Amino acid sequence: MWEYTEKVKELYKNPKNVGEIPDADVVVEVGSIVCGDALTLYLKLDGDKIVDAKFKTFGCGSAIASSSALTEMIKGKTVEEAAKISNKDIVEFLGGLPDQKMHCSVMGQEALEKAIKKIKGQKVEDEHEDEGAIVCQCFGVSENLIRRVIKENNLTTVEEVTNYTKAGGACGSCIPKIEDIIKEELAKVVAKPEATAGTKSMSNLKRMQLVEETIQNVIRPVLMRDGGDIELIDIDGKKVYVALRGHCAHCVISDVTMKNLVQEKLREFVEQDIEVIEVK
Amino acid sequence: MNTIIYLDNNATTKVAPEVLEAMLPFFMERYGNPSSMHDFGGDVAHDVERARQSVAQMLGADYDYEIVFTSGATESDNMAILGTLQYYRDKKHIVTTKVEHPAVLNLCRQLEREGYSVTYVPVDREGNLDIDYLFDSITNDTAIVSVMYANNETGVIFPVEEIGAFCKKRGVPFHVDAVQAIGKIPVDVNKIQCDLLAISGHKFHAPKGIGVLYVRRGTRLRPILYGGHQEKARRPGTHNVPGIIGIGKAAELVIHHLANKDEVQRVKKLRNKLEEGLLNQFPNAHLNGNKDKRVDNTTNIGFEFIEGEAILLYLNEKGIAASSGSACSSGSLEPSHVLRAMGVPFTSAHGSIRFSLSRYTTEEEIDYTLRVMPEVVNQLLEISPYWDSINKKGKPIGELAR
Repeated sequence: MWEYTEKVKELYKNPKNVGEIPDADVVVEVGSIVCGDALTLYLKLDGDKIVDAKFKTFGCGSAIASSSALTEMIKGKTVEEAAKISNKDIVEFLGGLPDQKMHCSVMGQEALEKAIKKIKGQKVEDEHEDEGAIVCQCFGVSENLIRRVIKENNLTTVEEVTNYTKAGGACGSCIPKIEDIIKEELAKVVAKPEATAGTKSMSNLKRMQLVEETIQNVIRPVLMRDGGDIELIDIDGKKVYVALRGHCAHCVISDVTMKNLVQEKLREFVEQDIEVIEVK
Repeated sequence: MNTIIYLDNNATTKVAPEVLEAMLPFFMERYGNPSSMHDFGGDVAHDVERARQSVAQMLGADYDYEIVFTSGATESDNMAILGTLQYYRDKKHIVTTKVEHPAVLNLCRQLEREGYSVTYVPVDREGNLDIDYLFDSITNDTAIVSVMYANNETGVIFPVEEIGAFCKKRGVPFHVDAVQAIGKIPVDVNKIQCDLLAISGHKFHAPKGIGVLYVRRGTRLRPILYGGHQEKARRPGTHNVPGIIGIGKAAELVIHHLANKDEVQRVKKLRNKLEEGLLNQFPNAHLNGNKDKRVDNTTNIGFEFIEGEAILLYLNEKGIAASSGSACSSGSLEPSHVLRAMGVPFTSAHGSIRFSLSRYTTEEEIDYTLRVMPEVVNQLLEISPYWDSINKKGKPIGELAR
C-alpha cells in the first residue's frame, strides 16, 4: 500500500471543492481515461481574482487529493498569483507524495496552466501542437511536458520522468526517446558554464565540479545502459584519472570507450585540453 | 481497524488454526534439524516426511520424493524453468502465456535478454488460452512449456490436461504454475501429465515462505541452488521445518475441504451472490473473465468511469480488503497485464477490482460488502468527469480522452 501523508488521506477521503461551477468562466480538461488520470477544472473569476474553483477527477487517491489541493490553493488568488503555483507547491501542500504518484501533481499544474492560458485568451485547443510531439503514445505525454518536469524538478533518470509524467510506464517503447531528452536537458545544465570552458580563468574547484557533473549526468548513464559504470579516481590539473567498472572493465574496446566517450564528453563539457587516464 | 472483511485471498490467506497449532511445537520444543544424526533432529525428519506424504497425496503424486520443498512458488517456478534449461542446454525456446504471474513472466523476459526465444501465448477477451496457438508454437527447439493452471486475477482455468497430453506426445517438459488452483479445485499431477508443478503455501492457509515444486520421477532437472544434500540435493538448504509442517497440515485440510461438496458449493454461492449483486446494482460494471471456466472463489469486476485504487482506498475505509488490477495500486502505471492481454478497454481496466474469497468467508461479510459498495461507487462516480459527462451531457467518452 502506498505511504500517503495524513493530508493526502484527509483529502481523498473528504475532497474539498468537488463538483461543477454551472456558470464557470473557465473549464479545462487534462489527462485521459487511457492514462488512468483525468481532471476537469472549473474556475469562477471576479476581475483577475479566482473566487471559486471546483473539480472532477478520474484517478487514484493522490489524484483526488492533488486536485482538491489545487483548488484549495488557488481560491482567492489573483490569476498572476495562481500562475506561480507549480506541481512542487501542490506536493508541498499535501506534505509529500510517493515518487510514483508525482504525475498526479503534474496533472494539477497542467490543468492550472491550461486554465490560465484560456483566461489570457491564448490558444489552447490544439494542445498537441502547443505542447510538442507526443513521446509516450500509451499515456499521451508530450515532449515539452517531459522537458519541463526534468528542468523544474532536476530529474536525471527515466524512472523519475515516469514517476512525474507516467511516460514510459506502459509498453516502454518510448524509453530510449526519454533517455535522449534527459541527456539533452542535462547537457544544457552542464553546458551552461561552458562559456568559461577552455579559458584560463577556470579554477580547480570549478573544473572538479564540472568533471563530476559530466561523469555523473552524461557519461555514467551511457555506460550503465550496457551494464558498465565508471569511477572518478582523481583529478590532477587537467588530468582526470578514472576506472571503468562492471561490463566496461572487461570490455576489449575499453580504450575506445575512454577516448571516444569519456574524454570526448569531458572535453566537450569541461575543457578542450583535458586528458583522461584510465586506472586499471 | 477492528474487523476486516478480507476478500483478497488470491493475494494471501490466513493461516488456518489447525495449521498454526501443528506448527507451534516446531519453533520452541521440537527445533531439531532434520538432517542431524541424533534423535532430536531425526524425529523431526519423520514429521517432515509425513508432511511430504500429505502434499503428495493432495497432488495425486505417485512418490513422496516427487515433492520438493522450496521457499515459495516464485522459487518453484524459477527452479522448474531454469533447472530444465540447465539440463537441455541445446534448446533455446520457451513457451508460456501472456498472462502468467511475474515469477514466470519476468524470468522469461530475462531469459530473452540472455538469448532464449519465448513464445507468449495470447488469451481471448474472456481470458481463455488460445490452445491451438500454443500447440503450433512448440518446435523441436522448445525446452519447456510453462502454463498457469488458474489465473490469479480472473480465476480462469486453463486446459492444462490437454496441454499436458500434447507435451507428453511431443516429449517436451511441461511445467504448471498451480498456485491459484490449489485448494480451490482438485489438482492431480497424473491427470495433467505435467513434469513439474509449483504451489505456494500461503495461498491455501499455510504460512508464507514455504512452497513446493512437484518433480515427476525421472524428470531431468538441474538445481538452481548448490549446497547440502537436502531434498536429494535438488533444493539444498536447511529445511524450513515449521513451514513444511504447516504446508503438510494445510494439504490435509485441502483434501478434507475439497471432499466436502457442500463446503465447496458454499464458497461458490457466496462468490456468485457477491458478483451478481454487484453486476445487478451497477449497470456500468461487468465481469472480467470467463464466467464458467474459473475457480469458485474469484470474481473480477470492471467498474467503468472510476479508478481502481480509489475504489480500494474507499473500501479500505469501510474495512474491506480487496485487490485492483489498476495501475496505481500495483506500483506499475499500466493496468494489469492480464486485463490488457484480454483486451479489456481502458474505460474499465483502470477500475477493475478482484474479490477473492476463502472457505472462511461468511455470508454476513458478503452482505456487508454489497451494502457498502453503492456508497463507494456512487461517491467516486460523483467525482468522475467521465460519469458526469456520460450521465448528464451524453457526451461520448472518446471526446474526453485526448
